[in-house]
Amino acid sequence: MISLMIKYLKPFTLSVIAIIALLFVQAQTELALPDFMSDIINTGIQTGGISESVPKAIRQSEFDKLLLFMNEEEKAALKQSYRLVDNESATAEEKESYPKLTDEPLYLLDTSEEMLGKLEQYTAEPSLLVMSFDQLAQGENSTLDKNSEEAKKITEMLEALPEGMNIFDALALMSEEQRLEMREEMSAKLTAMGDSTMQGAVAAFIKSEYEAIGIDTDALQNSYILNAGAKMLGMSLLSAVCAVFVGFFASKIAAGVGKHMRKDVFQKVESFTNAEFNRFSTASLITRNTNDIQQVQMVIVMFLRIIIYAPIIGIGALLKVISSGASMTWIIALVLAVILGMIFTIFMIAMPKFQIIQKLIDRLNLVMREFLDGMSVIRAFNTQKHEEEKFDKVNTDITKTNLFVNRTMSAMMPMMMLVMNGVALLIIWVGGHQIDAGSMQIGDIMAFIQYTMQIIMAFLMISMVAIMVPRAAVAGVRVKEVLDCEVSIQDPAQPKHLDNKDGCTITFDHVSFRYPGAEEDVLHDISFSAQPGKTTAFIGSTGSGKSTLINLVPRFYDVSEGSVTINDLNIKEVAQEELRDRIGYVPQKGILFSGTIASNLRYAKEDAAQSELEFACEIAQAKEFVESKPNTYDEEISQGGTNVSGGQKQRLSIARAVVKQPDIYIFDDSFSALDFKTDAKLRKALNELTEKTKATVLVVAQRISSIMNADTIIVLDKGRIVGNGTHQELLKNCSVYQEIAYSQLSKEELENE
Amino acid sequence: MSKQNTPPRRMGHGPMGPMMGAGAKAKNFKGTMRQLMQYMRPYYVKIITAMVFAVAGTIFMIVGPKISGKATTALAEGFMNKINGTGGIDFDYILQIIVFMLILYTASSIFSFVQQFIMSTVTQRTAYDLRRKLAAKINHLPFRYFDTNSHGDVLSRVTNDVDTLAQSLSQSLNTVITSVVNIIGFSVMMLSISWQMTLVAFVSVPLSLILVLTIVKHSQKYFSRQQRYLGEVNGHIEEMYGGHIVMKAFNGEKRSVEEFDGYNKKLYGVGWKSQFFSGLMQPVIAFVGNIGYVGVCIVGGYLAAAGRIEIGDIQAFIQYVRNFNQPITQMAQVMNMLQSTAAAAERVFEFLAENEEIAECENPVEIYDENGNCKLQGQVTFENVHFGYHEDKIIIHDFSMYIKPGKKIAIVGPTGAGKTTIVKLLMRFYELNSGTIYIDGIKTTDMLRSDLRSLFGMVLQDAWLFNGTIMDNLRYGKLDATDEEVIRAADAAYVDHFIRTLDHGYQTEIDEDSNNISQGQKQLLTIARAFLADPKILILDEATSSVDTRTEILIQKGMQKLMENRTSFVIAHRLSTIRDADLILVMRDGDIVEAGNHEDLMKDNGFYTQLYNSQFENA
Repeated sequence: MISLMIKYLKPFTLSVIAIIALLFVQAQTELALPDFMSDIINTGIQTGGISESVPKAIRQSEFDKLLLFMNEEEKAALKQSYRLVDNESATAEEKESYPKLTDEPLYLLDTSEEMLGKLEQYTAEPSLLVMSFDQLAQGENSTLDKNSEEAKKITEMLEALPEGMNIFDALALMSEEQRLEMREEMSAKLTAMGDSTMQGAVAAFIKSEYEAIGIDTDALQNSYILNAGAKMLGMSLLSAVCAVFVGFFASKIAAGVGKHMRKDVFQKVESFTNAEFNRFSTASLITRNTNDIQQVQMVIVMFLRIIIYAPIIGIGALLKVISSGASMTWIIALVLAVILGMIFTIFMIAMPKFQIIQKLIDRLNLVMREFLDGMSVIRAFNTQKHEEEKFDKVNTDITKTNLFVNRTMSAMMPMMMLVMNGVALLIIWVGGHQIDAGSMQIGDIMAFIQYTMQIIMAFLMISMVAIMVPRAAVAGVRVKEVLDCEVSIQDPAQPKHLDNKDGCTITFDHVSFRYPGAEEDVLHDISFSAQPGKTTAFIGSTGSGKSTLINLVPRFYDVSEGSVTINDLNIKEVAQEELRDRIGYVPQKGILFSGTIASNLRYAKEDAAQSELEFACEIAQAKEFVESKPNTYDEEISQGGTNVSGGQKQRLSIARAVVKQPDIYIFDDSFSALDFKTDAKLRKALNELTEKTKATVLVVAQRISSIMNADTIIVLDKGRIVGNGTHQELLKNCSVYQEIAYSQLSKEELENE
Repeated sequence: MSKQNTPPRRMGHGPMGPMMGAGAKAKNFKGTMRQLMQYMRPYYVKIITAMVFAVAGTIFMIVGPKISGKATTALAEGFMNKINGTGGIDFDYILQIIVFMLILYTASSIFSFVQQFIMSTVTQRTAYDLRRKLAAKINHLPFRYFDTNSHGDVLSRVTNDVDTLAQSLSQSLNTVITSVVNIIGFSVMMLSISWQMTLVAFVSVPLSLILVLTIVKHSQKYFSRQQRYLGEVNGHIEEMYGGHIVMKAFNGEKRSVEEFDGYNKKLYGVGWKSQFFSGLMQPVIAFVGNIGYVGVCIVGGYLAAAGRIEIGDIQAFIQYVRNFNQPITQMAQVMNMLQSTAAAAERVFEFLAENEEIAECENPVEIYDENGNCKLQGQVTFENVHFGYHEDKIIIHDFSMYIKPGKKIAIVGPTGAGKTTIVKLLMRFYELNSGTIYIDGIKTTDMLRSDLRSLFGMVLQDAWLFNGTIMDNLRYGKLDATDEEVIRAADAAYVDHFIRTLDHGYQTEIDEDSNNISQGQKQLLTIARAFLADPKILILDEATSSVDTRTEILIQKGMQKLMENRTSFVIAHRLSTIRDADLILVMRDGDIVEAGNHEDLMKDNGFYTQLYNSQFENA
């Protein structure tokens, strides 16, 4: 199956690579979407759209306050990164952005990316300290617990301040060591809050500073959300575009593989001989060329769109989850185990029933078919009730089994939903504690839920596919069997040519034949010779090997031992096409193809003139009925020739052989559907023709009347020749022939001869 | 009547997935649906119960996000509290919510399980009923119906159509119920959170609806073309494989492959497009869904900033928006699926509505006495019988004949002359156009069909045997026969010896196509079956060429014995065997052209003489 896929996907390597690349991009975009959502919620909504952790602008007074809690290195860095602007020095643009510039000079951020990272660390703690002092000074709640020692200390300090003196003025009076010690104490507290909480707090500080400067923070928030939203839309558009292209390539590839495979199988089967046809059976070959290839095509689409994608997105989401640092990965492992367990249990219960259902459907079909085919017998024996009961039994069985499976399966979706929802709740609960510990934000939880869902989905997809693939793999194997099958009859490397002299003498020399895999020979040691212009007939009971014998001439089968020669040339040394060009073959069942009567007749000779068709029909006793059809020779023949009767089919297929004007005629019990009169007339016309054209005629028949005038009659019994001669001779000396003759003709009729 | 009735298998939906599976369309969608509703009336209580459960389950599911949103809000508030130093997360409250949600989700799952459980019961029972009705219907249809409708067609109605019906019905009913509840529920929940956001979310709905419909329209177009071309490819394959030997014999390989290439290329051309269009649906819908989603985020952010909405509400709302497009697309697909439901249902109902055989006469003549013995002798009279398979083409004109009990009547004529017509009329498989057939002076139409047919025994060339043991097959002639009776009948038909040579004797299984015994042996079995049935009148079909000599002799002997003391109609293929018949009916082109015994007919020097002599003409 895999080698088959590789072989047929090879011409599409570039497209497959394109698909994989596109799927990677699609997975990336799909995975990015929850991030954007989390940004919108964390930053856009929760912290009012403040995405930076260092203020872009800060009042001189506040800037100075920050400096109070910094060491020398930090101070220098801060001073270096900001530039002071007052009302005079500011550009018009700056004035517009920062309305409060008129009241107080501002420090504006003006530094490198690299410095920004450091500043973030340097300013975080001082800004929180400043905020706390501000809040406490104004009697508001602060990040610090009111009852904590630090808060009490500060409150004490505040109370000790002389009237009109600012706390920061007081702090300024303290020594730098004292202040840094203070920061040290607080920082321990702050660290306990966790990073994400701190970030949020810093953002709150920045936001309040911006408000003080007169920046429109609402507008800031809106523009942040819009911005993130636009990015998100862009991403999802990219994802959609990727998916569309993947779909495009996947459809082209799958249809392309289907096309090639269908053609290869068809071409292969057309080259098959009867031996291979018998090995596979016609019905099975048809299914392999049609349904099985459809199945393979379906698997390819699934493979390209799902089987490749699911692991990419699943692993991607898993990486995201792990890199988020949230220690909740175990939840994913847990849920996957639960789901796997569920799927496994349900399928263990339902799977065996699926097979039973398939069998029951076959059984239902069978009973129904018997019911229909035997309708006249059923009505004649008045067993309708009996049949209905029989049908009812299968019907009940199938209903019961279907009910069981459907009911089991109807538990599946609700259970899945419950698990998925339960997982979301579990994540909220565990995540809540992580938030409490400060290692996560709310947006992260939501993103985590979404990633988890993506992982579960990928997993579900893979397991669904895993269930479907084995069934389709069977189809692939069946197709491969056909493609790998060695055709048993091959043309020789250097074919010889049949001579063009008039007439073909066919000689069987000690021929034995055994069907492939059979234990016994069908034909033993057959030797005879058929002369041009003469009719050689074969008769014998069913299973005597007569049809097999004449099928050796067009090389539908090859002899197992001995040889078949035409004018002393072994037919194995001739190209099959050349050999068959000499032969006009009429099969047992009148096989016609869809088209018109004319197109069927011309199947033997594409450029046959109308007069040739008419002549052939006249010989085959078909002219009358053909010409009585509304469209005569252009009358439509439906598939399988269902719109002409059996006898007409047989006559048309005889006419087809006559159109060819071959050197050799082979009639494989081709007169069985004709009534005696037509049979007799046809044989007479044919005889005259073949005597004139010196054609060699081989006839197999069941009815003695069809062959008793043949030049030579060969009687077969259990694969051996038991009689060879004319009708009269055989009547005298061949007991098998006598037996056949007496069963078919009355004594009187035989004596009429 | 064709014998090879493999049901036309639905040629795989291809790689389309079931959603695009509407290949066929019903002629009368509304009418058929109404009929289907009518048909499901016995299950109304169950269906309504299922609906109630569906509504409850869905509502619970819908309320979910709104409540879990509260948990998020609590988390968010707790988080802000921590930042502002006013406290922490209220885990007790969150736990309460989670437990409540868990109960809600569990209940919802149970409800939707119960709903699906009930619905699968309803649809499977409906399928069962339909199949049973269809099977019973077959028994009441006149033979005429099967002249114009293939067995394959009927078979596919009983299997494929009923299956399609059951499957698509249960799926679409489930989806319709949950989708409608979802759409309404989502709308209500969304409105309860914020009408502004709802407005934004709704903007995406018509857009996705339009896109879905456009895609469906396109993909359906290609899909139906794909099915057509697939049919052509498959048709060619079937034809060429079926006629492989002829193709080979006439060197048609290259031509055949060339023709195949043409079909195959056409199939490829539409195949990938059909696949592509149906695959467009999902990404396009996802994108449109995202537009609504971003819109909601923006408006939600604005509202949250303005303090008019809680953060948990935004989260809940987002979940609603994400899910809102789903039921809408599902509805579009269900409409599609209902088309195939209707198409299948229509074919089933069509069949059920076919005209049945003419009703039995009201006071049928009793032909059996109290002991179950037949009162009739087997005397047959035809009186001014007119018959034609089609009203405008009468093939039997004014045929009258008196046949004494125990006589042998042969029916001869060229192939296709309609030799079996008489038989079909006798057994009342077809109704006469005018005239009467009497048996022992009783009009056949005055008897129950079952009584009439019980008078006949049939031994047809196309020996019908079913899957089962030989014993069961023989017993078919008389369902309550003992094993001894069966064996005695087999012995009379010279088939007992043959049966005993088989591996399992009378218990040998006859397989699907009865391939394990020959044509001739099958005919012997049917002779035995006729012996067992012990009918007054026999209908025999002579063995033909496909039987080997020895078996043929046995068949002839068996038939001879069977015919003793019974009125028998023999459909003859060879003139040699019927010379001793009491009456020979000569048929030509469906009509009875001559009647009489051999000597009389030869004297007349008509068609019979011509037929008789033709077999000895020198070829």
